[in-house]
Amino acid sequence: MINVDIEEIKINNAWNKVLSARKITRFRSLVIMNSIFHSFLQLHGDRGIGDDKSIIGGIALLDNQAVTVIGQQKGNSPSEMEYYQYGMTKPEGYRKSLRLMRQAEKFGRPIICFIDTPGAFPGVSAEENGQAEAIARNLYEMANFTVPVMSIIIGEGGSGGALALGVANKVIMLENAIYSVVSPEACASILCKDSRKAPDIAGDLKVTANELKNYGIIDEIISEEGDVQEIFGRIKQSIVSELLRCSQLEGCEIRNERIEKYRCIGNEIEFFNK
Amino acid sequence: MSQKLFVKCKTCGTIIEKKKFKENYYVCSSCGNYKTLDYKRRLAMIMDKDTFRETNMHTDFYNPIEFPGYIEKHNSIVSTVDLDEAIITGRGTIGGQNVMIGIMDTRYMMGSMGVVVGEKVTRLFEDAQNYKLSVVLFCASGGARMQEGIFSLMQMAKTAAAVSKFSQAGGLYISILTNPTTGGVSASFAFLGDIILAEPGALIGFAGKRVIEQTIKEKLPNNFQTSEFLFEYGYIDLIVERKQLKEVISKILAIHSQENNLTYKPII
Repeated sequence: MINVDIEEIKINNAWNKVLSARKITRFRSLVIMNSIFHSFLQLHGDRGIGDDKSIIGGIALLDNQAVTVIGQQKGNSPSEMEYYQYGMTKPEGYRKSLRLMRQAEKFGRPIICFIDTPGAFPGVSAEENGQAEAIARNLYEMANFTVPVMSIIIGEGGSGGALALGVANKVIMLENAIYSVVSPEACASILCKDSRKAPDIAGDLKVTANELKNYGIIDEIISEEGDVQEIFGRIKQSIVSELLRCSQLEGCEIRNERIEKYRCIGNEIEFFNK
Repeated sequence: MSQKLFVKCKTCGTIIEKKKFKENYYVCSSCGNYKTLDYKRRLAMIMDKDTFRETNMHTDFYNPIEFPGYIEKHNSIVSTVDLDEAIITGRGTIGGQNVMIGIMDTRYMMGSMGVVVGEKVTRLFEDAQNYKLSVVLFCASGGARMQEGIFSLMQMAKTAAAVSKFSQAGGLYISILTNPTTGGVSASFAFLGDIILAEPGALIGFAGKRVIEQTIKEKLPNNFQTSEFLFEYGYIDLIVERKQLKEVISKILAIHSQENNLTYKPII
């Protein structure tokens, strides 16, 4: 889908991150889950129409703490990528994740989400099955859970398709991950009528972990220095300390903290009434 | 032909007398196409006369990621139309019943949602909760506003949480999907109504048609992403003709009104 001649254009930092986040060799949700958690049992299906391949989810132990784990999965080869729908989640995937999250709420388990998607699946069946409603419902319900919700953007955080797993008490990004309202290509194609402007637009859109941390949109950046085991170790450490922090809070405090986190984005704008 | 007395339907090209077009709720008498309404026409059709009071009127232009060209675009729009954002909100009565109302207007950047729209929608629900009123929200939007980057995306979470809080407090939210309701607006507050109505023939969906055609190489059905398509798949409660909308909304409000819910004594 990358339709850009890299030689022709100035390579900027943001665009480098976009390319890193999309690298086919990059670590995926499943390998991280298997490294951090044990006794991981995958659970399947949305109890409606199917089992979305792009969503891996289930129950697991983090040391001796039960957790619900959900992740968007891509592959490391073209055939794997195709199998996992390139990480593009269908409505049944969002509903599967919601089912697992409700289950976590029932049993008081923290929810850990791994985000890695270019965006929600764009297709005829996805629209027939209510893609917009499925994403909206996740946002609505995730706001209300009284268990801790944590989201880790490990690669691509593509728009509403990512946010549908990203309404969390703590949002973390890997150093080379990106998070954006629109893909740089789509934005360039709409605003400049030229998708080759994507590298420049990537800079304008402010998609890097550093920029988003400065804006206060995300809470923490995890360094990608060292080998993958070191990186996964840092992710685990970050999850452990967040769960420790949340263990001091009441369920309603956890919920209110999450709602307030989003409520305050833009609330400094002044309005007047007649 | 006099410019003042006639209009041309953008879909079928039929020349219609302006007065008749207005009397027909800006629906083409020939092909039935619905003209997208600006907020003033929508207000006039829905609210009881002279009852609307605007709330949370916005003052300053907000450019959170200092996106190139954004302020120029804003300035060029505000110099030609009578609004400075993609939604107006307020309070008034419909069929004699007090409501909080929001009307999105596509003349401002395709009705897209940035921080100001997200904030106004959020406050609409918060105000409604404070005043114990229902929310009637006319959606019309291309989605999240690219020029505000991640801040626009966050408005989806913020507005969905606002609907959620309002709903848990027992508030009634009627969402009316009009042409177009797509992207980040359809995937947040638009599809979270207790009752979801739509005007006939509106474009409603998540992904853009071109994106679907290009990435998936699928042939799109004829009525793809229309009100009728979504109705068929069970995502809309009712498709309501424009001339019936006020009556239907009034009826829903009446059924939810206090006197119809608190005074009821079951017959044993």
